[in-house]
Amino acid sequence: MKRVGDRILTADRITLAFGGITALNEISVELRRHEILAMIGPNGAGKTSMLNVINGFYHPQGGTITWKGETRRRMRPYHAAAQGIARTFQNVALFRGMTTLDNIMTGRLLRMRRNFLWQAIHFGPAEKEELAHRARVERIIDFLEIQAIRKTPVGRLPYGLQKRVELGRALAMEPELLLLDEPMAGMNVEEKEDMCRFILDINDEFGTTIALIEHDMGVVMDISDRVIVLDYGRKIADGLPKEVRASPEVIAAYLGEPHGDEVPAAPIPLRRAVAT
Amino acid sequence: MTSSAPDTFPKLLLEHARLRPSRPANREKDYGIWQSWNWAQVASEVEALACGLSMLGFSRGDKLAIIGDNRPQLYWAIAATQALGGVPVPIYQDSVAEEMAFVLDHAEVRFAIAEDQEQVDKLVAVKERCPLLEAVIFCDPRGMRHYSQPYLHDYTDMQRRGSERALGEPSFFRAEIAKGRGNDTAIILYTSGTTGRPKGVVLTFNNIISTAKNAIEFESLTDREEVLAYLPMAWIGEHIFSYAEAYCAGFCVSCPESQATIMADLRELGPTFFFAPPRIFENILTQVTIRMEDAAWAKRKLFRYFLDIAKRAGSPILDRKPVPFGDRLLYWLGDLLVYGPLKNTLGLSRIRVAYTAGEAIGPDLFTFYRSLGINLKQLYGMTESSVFLCIQKDGAARPDTVGAPIKDVEIHVAEDGEILFRSPGAFQNYYKNPEATAETKRLDGWVYTGDSGFFDSDGQLKILDRAKDVSRLKSSELFAPKFIENKLKFFPYIKEAVAFGDDRPFVTAFVNIDLEAVGDWAERRNLAYASYQELAADDAVYDLVQGCIEQVNRDLAAAPAVAGSQIRRFLILPKELDADDGELTRTRKVRRRIITSRYQPLVDALYSNRATGYIETEIAFEDGRKGRMGAELAIRTVGIPVSMVEPLPFKKRVEA
Repeated sequence: MKRVGDRILTADRITLAFGGITALNEISVELRRHEILAMIGPNGAGKTSMLNVINGFYHPQGGTITWKGETRRRMRPYHAAAQGIARTFQNVALFRGMTTLDNIMTGRLLRMRRNFLWQAIHFGPAEKEELAHRARVERIIDFLEIQAIRKTPVGRLPYGLQKRVELGRALAMEPELLLLDEPMAGMNVEEKEDMCRFILDINDEFGTTIALIEHDMGVVMDISDRVIVLDYGRKIADGLPKEVRASPEVIAAYLGEPHGDEVPAAPIPLRRAVAT
Repeated sequence: MTSSAPDTFPKLLLEHARLRPSRPANREKDYGIWQSWNWAQVASEVEALACGLSMLGFSRGDKLAIIGDNRPQLYWAIAATQALGGVPVPIYQDSVAEEMAFVLDHAEVRFAIAEDQEQVDKLVAVKERCPLLEAVIFCDPRGMRHYSQPYLHDYTDMQRRGSERALGEPSFFRAEIAKGRGNDTAIILYTSGTTGRPKGVVLTFNNIISTAKNAIEFESLTDREEVLAYLPMAWIGEHIFSYAEAYCAGFCVSCPESQATIMADLRELGPTFFFAPPRIFENILTQVTIRMEDAAWAKRKLFRYFLDIAKRAGSPILDRKPVPFGDRLLYWLGDLLVYGPLKNTLGLSRIRVAYTAGEAIGPDLFTFYRSLGINLKQLYGMTESSVFLCIQKDGAARPDTVGAPIKDVEIHVAEDGEILFRSPGAFQNYYKNPEATAETKRLDGWVYTGDSGFFDSDGQLKILDRAKDVSRLKSSELFAPKFIENKLKFFPYIKEAVAFGDDRPFVTAFVNIDLEAVGDWAERRNLAYASYQELAADDAVYDLVQGCIEQVNRDLAAAPAVAGSQIRRFLILPKELDADDGELTRTRKVRRRIITSRYQPLVDALYSNRATGYIETEIAFEDGRKGRMGAELAIRTVGIPVSMVEPLPFKKRVEA
């Protein structure tokens, strides 16, 4: 079976505040090579903030991030991308007027060696380089089974396919760590099943480490190796899916009251109980 | 055929590899570009595959099941099997596991080759029930990493081991091929089975090769043809066009990138020889119609104007008949402005020969393509005849006939109208089914087709319908359901139709709307709908369909033979007829009996005075679960021209 490797990323006691609101309160997260980590929690728990800290969009007030042995106070997005951290967004962030192919091609940008002028001339080494990148992109298109929309402007695609294109663009960076922010939001069952398969296949075929935020508990329990639960900027659980599901604190955060030894078998309701 | 001519496909393969080693034999669009293999390369691929198979224990007489979309590897697997003296058994790739298990078990399959994980999963699921199945080879390793079943083999690994052996023992492949004889079984094809369990049709090399050669000669096909292989490999038509004829004539067969990209691939490739069942031509026309509806006003005008010209002048020009100079000029202009670009968009610019068969084609549909200058012709054939029995000659294509018998084919129409044939392509037997064989292939060699038809004055065969489906109304007027259904299906809004009338006072119909076309139509009218069911029940949609039916009724009224078959009442079904529910065959033919019994309450309602009918049906979801769906459906009564309300006595009207 699958081998989870050493630590690839350690976020140590991260604290992030916006004015008086503490979004993340001394949160430590560890990511091991080749694992799928799911972050769950009610709305506003700090899940997206945590991803944003990891890839450098937000700069935390406290704590450090260690990425592949190098410790920093904070990441910068450019650094993160150049060093193999790619992500997708909660709201699709593609170039709507560009085709699927071109959108995914932009994911290769950081790996292009020739400068703008060379590429404009598109001759010799520049052409050769583009062909090599195109070949990589075509493999991704094949992998995600989106051949039929290769030349379609993404603005014309249904939402589920746009999400898939966005995933394709992230993959084009050949990331070591892939951050997926609600990859399945707004999808129907069939699209979700496809997406799950793609995530598992990416993890499996390329060995990519994946951290994802997801609300569909069925999906989370199915595909992740480890689950972290955030609530009001605190980490309240961290462990195997079945451990997390049984944790009284998690049940309390989701349901508002302890359930004794009863473990909810069905998907955990997603709404936060009325705060008192 | 002289005795020295190659009498099996593997021998033909070796011959092509010798005569035209660098001509392309196969292409496949992969990673966005067309990858190609020439005949020499194909020969060595097949050799490596055959050696690999034999290392797995495949020996003469073994069967190899082939399951997947059209891929060069799967075509090579056919050739490799035949080279080893085995028998390929292609299975429809959209079969559910049960259907697959039946064929695997019935054909005593020991080896299977599957395209991808999806197909492997089905095989793994039925493995228990098919104790003979020993090895499964998969082409696409994606997702297969964690499968630990010892009987699974990676195509690439197996082929690599095979090619090492081929190096070590170079004479093995040729020696095995040399053992093959023309009267060996070449393939077993399971018919889709409009009725009952599928039957395995056994065809020999002689059957297929002699038929293919006659057809090639008839159309003067050369090794320069381009063909796109996109229909199910388990279907005889696909096997003949993309394998048998390609191996006999030496032309190139290309495989599309995926099922979803066929239209784009067709356009890039520009085939010269093309086969499609009527429903594909229908789909293409539906697409064109929708796009023209959305086009600008001027384009629409231009399109309509030149389409009228084409209707008038197109077919005669294609048939080299005299056409007034003015029309010729206008047609030339139309070709420049409309037909040429349209054909180019559809990928049909280079067509020399296009066939349609399998179902009767609507005359309007047929004429549409011919009027654009596409040499679309009909043919008649079936699995049991290795396809070709009749083909229309260039210049003699008509929508209501299927052509005259080709070389070496004898056709006889029995007293009761059933068509019988005798030909070198006639099948050997149904595999392990002597009763069915005896029923179909009689001792004197005549094969009973189960189709009813007749020869018209110029010697072309006309097919009415399946012999058992042609019937009469209560008034003893002729009722040929398919004829009516085809007329309905010509409208882009109607995807499927089922007409009733056998021993009834009048004709009624079920209609399936085409979700794409009607959805688009609804969108342009700001008609909101949440589901297929809701759209199908909409009053405005009923009005739309009623308009189509009235048009059909007008056409029917114009022809005395079928004037009695006008549709009086109809309803729109809340779900699409589906092969997964057993309502259509895998080749999308209507299974009349099953539909009649499943929807009995609705048929009764059509023949009552009620304005609605209630139906509850079981539906099968894609994952195999079943659910029930209930619906109250509106029934519409269609106005019939006044003269029809009180029908004249039968005899009198014939004279009128």
